[in-house]
Amino acid sequence: MVSIRSISSDPGSLSPNDLPWIIEHREDRCTLCGKCAAVCPVNTLKLTYMRKRMPKIVLSSSERGSSYKTFVGIRQNTDVGRRCIGCGTCAMVCPNEAIHPTHNKTDRYKFQNTKNGQAPTRGGRRNEPGPTLLDKISFNRISMLTDPALDAGRHEFTMNTLLGRVLPPEEFIRRQSTGEWIPPVREIFPFIIGSMSFGALSPNMWLGLLQGVAYCNEVLGIPVVMATGEGGCPPWVLRSPFLKYIMLQIASGYFGWDEIIRAIPDMQCNPAAIEIKYGQGAKPGDGGLLMWYKVSKLIARLRGVPEGVDLPSPPVHQTLYSIEESVMKMIQTMSMAFDFKVPVYPKISGSNSAKSVLNNLVRNPYASALMIDGIDGGTGAAYNVSMDATGHPIASNLRECYLDLCAQGKQNEIPLFAAGGVGKNGNVTQNGLALIMLGASGVHMGKYIMQAAAGCLGNEQNRCNVCNLGICPKGITSQNPKIYRRLDPDRVAERVAETFMSIQTEMKKVMAPLGRSQSLPIGMSDALGIGDKDAAERLNIRYVC
Amino acid sequence: MCRLAMKTANKPFSPFTVLTAMEAMQEGYDGSGLGLLLRGLEFTDYKYNAADPILSGIAHTEEALARVDTMMTEYGFALKYDHEFEVDMSKVEAKDRFKYMLRVYKQPKAWSSLSQEEVEREYMMTRLALRADGEAHNADLTAFSLWPDVAMIKEVGWPLGVGEALGLESGRIKSRVCMAQGRQNTNWGINLYACHPFFIEGVATMTNGENTAFLPIKDWLSGKGFPGYIGYQSDSEVFAHTLHYVTKQLKLPLQAYKHVITPLKNSELANHPQGEFLRGLRDVCRRLIIDGPNAIIGTLADETTILAMDAKKLRPATVGGKPGEWAIASEMCGVDAMIPDRDRSKDFQPMREHTIIIPPDRQEIEIWSQFDQFPQTQAA
Repeated sequence: MVSIRSISSDPGSLSPNDLPWIIEHREDRCTLCGKCAAVCPVNTLKLTYMRKRMPKIVLSSSERGSSYKTFVGIRQNTDVGRRCIGCGTCAMVCPNEAIHPTHNKTDRYKFQNTKNGQAPTRGGRRNEPGPTLLDKISFNRISMLTDPALDAGRHEFTMNTLLGRVLPPEEFIRRQSTGEWIPPVREIFPFIIGSMSFGALSPNMWLGLLQGVAYCNEVLGIPVVMATGEGGCPPWVLRSPFLKYIMLQIASGYFGWDEIIRAIPDMQCNPAAIEIKYGQGAKPGDGGLLMWYKVSKLIARLRGVPEGVDLPSPPVHQTLYSIEESVMKMIQTMSMAFDFKVPVYPKISGSNSAKSVLNNLVRNPYASALMIDGIDGGTGAAYNVSMDATGHPIASNLRECYLDLCAQGKQNEIPLFAAGGVGKNGNVTQNGLALIMLGASGVHMGKYIMQAAAGCLGNEQNRCNVCNLGICPKGITSQNPKIYRRLDPDRVAERVAETFMSIQTEMKKVMAPLGRSQSLPIGMSDALGIGDKDAAERLNIRYVC
Repeated sequence: MCRLAMKTANKPFSPFTVLTAMEAMQEGYDGSGLGLLLRGLEFTDYKYNAADPILSGIAHTEEALARVDTMMTEYGFALKYDHEFEVDMSKVEAKDRFKYMLRVYKQPKAWSSLSQEEVEREYMMTRLALRADGEAHNADLTAFSLWPDVAMIKEVGWPLGVGEALGLESGRIKSRVCMAQGRQNTNWGINLYACHPFFIEGVATMTNGENTAFLPIKDWLSGKGFPGYIGYQSDSEVFAHTLHYVTKQLKLPLQAYKHVITPLKNSELANHPQGEFLRGLRDVCRRLIIDGPNAIIGTLADETTILAMDAKKLRPATVGGKPGEWAIASEMCGVDAMIPDRDRSKDFQPMREHTIIIPPDRQEIEIWSQFDQFPQTQAA
């Protein structure tokens, strides 16, 4: 049957009320400056002239009954590609608080987000609001009741952790006396800036982070390190003394490694570590993805590719025939490249099979650590289905691995690092210390640092989350200079320093009542409690209510 | 909180001396228990050969005692002397004490071909077998130590009361070293094995204060797979096992103990003559770092005594005495009670970096600092 045309509706058409974010505009406050429309990253806003009828009662039949008023209103684009993303940049620039997006929980947009057969993709996060399991863990073993309390403000605290293969004491003493090789170990702050690539992040963001990290190390004495993610590192950084604060990542696309290998002879210092990425918590089974929007001239040069092409890394390393030989080959190769003076460790996505990788590493004398990234980890670009439903929560995965190491007496030899949702709801120190007491030697955080240090607008209700498109309204994940110049690297650096100072203080505030100050309480699970019996049983911690 | 007292003297003395020190320090504990370790033994009723092993423990039933006899015979031990305590059971809280064992055996003949280290391991394995047997029979047998020239007594109750109940004031047992700790493990639950001092292969320690880093340390020691690293009814047992691990497994000098449990900071190691080695040692033994407010008193098989504090010196202790006779206690009045006729101006309270070492000759105490040269040639 031929459809009627009088109602302008097709299966895919949406009204503003169907969108996940609806713009509310107050005409009475609007000054018509147009800043909101100019700044909107998706061009969803249009200031348009609208006309409305002004009815009035007229007694004389010779006059018309109504008049019309013309006004300027906001029209919200309902195209899937240009729907409001809720970033709120309009509200930020509005001089009169006349406009802001509101969240619409009953949107129909999610059913239409497959135009041209494209499965939905986004950047950012998993979008699971509410407290995480880590948020629910509390620290219950208060030792000040039985013994003198530590003073978080006045006592000295040792909070650093070790990254690197630690020998069994007997073997250390033997090798020490015979002058044999002792694996490199780095003493670092247990909260690490997780791998976000130069490519995913804008040059200003990257510079700001590095400046902040350098300030933490050199002025504040907090040995913070940051990981690069796939995609290399700016050449000037490779040849600078700041390289020692950087963990270089090699991933399946090997992007950026031409530049790194070329720089090795000129390096003033060794990098903090080499991270071999086998998997990522947000999208297990997928390689890195830098979409063409973000492959600028600089990024193309660093990665050795043409400008403006999608850069999907393969899901696995080309060398991967089996995990055993891949891990062995790559770890050994990377160790050798840096003269066996740099810790080399793999990063894997949280998985039921994490233990098999771990047991492999235990037997590899060059493996320095294992980093496990849980399902709540962030990413610059991924398919929604990967981000939402593929992967393993970090807490139980890490705990299993730690207890496995304990059973073998190897928990001090292969440090475990955990990531994926640390600080997701802002409780970064609490989340991190909970993971540490479950057995992690340290935690990586990505999203939290973007939110804390650069004001990333993303949240778990799919606010913004367009890191993949290069239109980041804050200039954090864009390669467009017109956008990323919004971000002042000095201010980012300042926020990085403030963030780590605050984490350090909070760590003392947790450790002092537990009676811990001499070493990081790794595996101190007797201090933990949770009001969920099943979780308590699974994590082998105390159930409290 | 616990109170600690230790006396070491060239001339054997009655353990009751040390119990009077416990009584002097009574304000600090709840009278919930007593643990005693005696080394360098002398019996008035028996001429003891210091090479013969002594089994200390409690048989809670007649049947348990019979099983001890059977097991020891099967292992090849021959009973040489069975010390009968003059027990006044009315002064003991517990009712299931059939016999306090302090028995001297002759080492099994089959062991004569074993090396010293192997013999020591056999003693430990025998003790563990007795302990396991007791645990398998509703805890009717408690084995504290099996070692030459070492006796241990542990009981619930007020220390002086326990001493009187076992007739220790009679002076029938004397020793050159006596360690005493006055509290049961009321943090966790009453258990005889939880009472200090703790003993493993000749090494003994006692501690006061809570060990907040207990779980990670315990997990790591348990993971070593060494059969003696079990128990942990008290969070303080790990101090003894760590001392055993450092001196007997790693075979490091006694001074290394302090570097393992309370390592120096980076800035301090940077100026230390063996900073690089000690930093490596700190990293590899990181799980053994202690964190509580603790004073640790330990004795070794050769009658050497040590005293060390936690890294913030949250629990002090005092050492005092004179050539041939030294006392360590968690309070000064404890030292006063043990050696009243000493020059008090020479009493010493070690700082956080110190380890006090009283060598077996007991002529003078060594105040060794972590900042000093580490006595290890390979570390240079």
